[in-house]
Amino acid sequence: MAGKTLYDKLWDDHLVKQRDDGSALIYIDRHLLHEVTSPQAFEGLRLAGRRPWRLDANLATPDHNVPTTDRARGIDGIVDPVSRIQVETLDRNCDEFGILEFKIKDQRQGIVHVIGPEQGATLPGMTIVCGDSHTSTHGAFGTLAHGIGTSEVEHVLATQCLVQKKMKNMLVKVNGKLGPYVTGKDVVLAIIGKIGTAGGTGYAIEFGGEAIRNLSMEARMTICNMSIEAGARVGMVAVDDTTINYVKGRPYAPKGEQWEAAVAAWKDLHSDADAEFDKVVELDAADIKPQVTWGTSPEMVAGVDGQVPDPGQEADPIKREGIVRALQYMGLKPNMPISEIQLDRVFIGSCTNSRIEDLREAAAVVKGRKVSPTLKQAMVVPGSGLVKAQAEQEGLDRIFIEAGLEWRDPGCSMCLAMNADKLGQGEHCASTSNRNFEGRQGFGGRTHLVSPAMAAAAAIAGHFTDVREFVH
Amino acid sequence: MRAFSHHKGVVAPMDRSNVDTDLIIPKQFLKSIKRTGFGPNLFDALRYLDEGRPDQDCSQRPLNPDFFLNQPRYRDASVLLARRNFGCGSSREHAPWALDDYGFRVIIAPSFADIFYNNCFKNGLLPIVLDEETVDKLFAEVAEQEGYQIEVDLPAQEVVTPSGERFSFEVDPFRKHCLVNGLDDIGVTLEDSDAIKSYEAARRQSAPWLFDAITHS
Repeated sequence: MAGKTLYDKLWDDHLVKQRDDGSALIYIDRHLLHEVTSPQAFEGLRLAGRRPWRLDANLATPDHNVPTTDRARGIDGIVDPVSRIQVETLDRNCDEFGILEFKIKDQRQGIVHVIGPEQGATLPGMTIVCGDSHTSTHGAFGTLAHGIGTSEVEHVLATQCLVQKKMKNMLVKVNGKLGPYVTGKDVVLAIIGKIGTAGGTGYAIEFGGEAIRNLSMEARMTICNMSIEAGARVGMVAVDDTTINYVKGRPYAPKGEQWEAAVAAWKDLHSDADAEFDKVVELDAADIKPQVTWGTSPEMVAGVDGQVPDPGQEADPIKREGIVRALQYMGLKPNMPISEIQLDRVFIGSCTNSRIEDLREAAAVVKGRKVSPTLKQAMVVPGSGLVKAQAEQEGLDRIFIEAGLEWRDPGCSMCLAMNADKLGQGEHCASTSNRNFEGRQGFGGRTHLVSPAMAAAAAIAGHFTDVREFVH
Repeated sequence: MRAFSHHKGVVAPMDRSNVDTDLIIPKQFLKSIKRTGFGPNLFDALRYLDEGRPDQDCSQRPLNPDFFLNQPRYRDASVLLARRNFGCGSSREHAPWALDDYGFRVIIAPSFADIFYNNCFKNGLLPIVLDEETVDKLFAEVAEQEGYQIEVDLPAQEVVTPSGERFSFEVDPFRKHCLVNGLDDIGVTLEDSDAIKSYEAARRQSAPWLFDAITHS
């Protein structure tokens, strides 16, 4: 018999019951909540007269609607009354049911996928769910983590379980070493460019290979974060010393003897050498360049030295039509060099790229330089209050401000523009977020997904430029 | 949950691939704390010519005449015919809520994104996967014949076209069972409370750190 994959192990460890019809009850160790996808779930519990099954498995924070300025006023600082009601509703639900919440004025507040790992609420070997598709982020810790809908949020609150069907196993192996200034973001965009936005549908992806092993936890989180953009709900990386060192000492990480026992258990969280995957995709790290998306789907991506494609060269009629529509929406011409795309705004933030390493990477590029006068705005939104505090301790805020970037308070911000931070119609944005869909960052807005270093270089140049050459 | 067994309705064709959930229901409408009322904002950015806001009376807004749902022949459609990877992107259940609130009961596509597919079943909405060739054929037939209706028989797992042609589809037995009977799957899971409790007890022994409370410390 073949060995087990990491996904097989996590599945088996959490299997409560295998039903005859092929579905299974899977136990959920950690449930993260935010204000957008939880109100209807709490209301459902109330209507059915149900209580949460296990309170201490839940952790909540408002992130999607929170403003990134004027935070001293707390909830009163939320100008949009509809947004304010949603944040107030989360507070009321957490208070009523007794769920731990980092409220808007708590320094530990932040994007839910940043604070889980930061607090040690994300631990290797867990099952983690949240009503948010970027829950795959936590898979970087050797967890089984994925997004769920609101009905399932209610299901997890009420039963601590989900009804699941086992996914297939995919290994994405990135061999060799990455070049300088080629980051986790470039790796995952290159993967999506290769397998497509539906390439991972039905699969749990494990990212492996030398390049992944050499990456930091934060870079691994960036990669797992965007698994969903390849269609896979789950993305994972095996546990190694990098994982364990990152978790050690975090507020909710185990301590003392429990720590020793946990580490011993976590050492097994990798695919067995003889494990069999349903699909294997390999990339050579040395081939990966800094990436820039030109279209309205994350798979519409090219190297920074590349060009906008010519739809006339695409054989598949459905894809061709997609390219035509995307170029029209984006206001781009076929065969135009990526480096000629002029920008209006730059956004550095989101659950993909708002951690301390992302901010260091961006600050190193802008240090001593000035944001291009052709730009309307360049902003940096840290992922949490603690990331913000650390960045300020390191003086990164001064570097950004002196270069002409705005230094904001933590939240999802312009990744999806549910708060006041958004693009105007027709504006091009270099964004470190995860989705370039039509209207994602504002009605008629045009998003280009890039790494923090590439966004920083673009902020200075006013257009895309190869950060590898730019820094010299 | 509303049960689904049989349905007959007009088919409306959405001829583009990778329709994401931001396109199905844009983020400014996710601020609602209710499950209903999203129908007028379904496909908002494509359907109207102006920018949508949560507080608008949509009946007063300028319609995009080119958008398929604004054409009289598709206005009362309850079956959506779509392309590859429908429902990709965010996990927002507001997407199936909006489709349902508009009046759709069935979505047919060559493939769906996983989370969206799963969310449909929780809301009495049936997503049907048919192969690309069949979907192409249906697109052609819908374009040709005004008022084109299909019949869906979930117990038999069949789609029947006006000419009597039958296409069978796959559906997960548990999801089918819940949908046909309109079952609340939380209630079904709670029937296994003892299994959940015994799993927890064993896990508490083998991995106690997973049960350390996260608290306001």
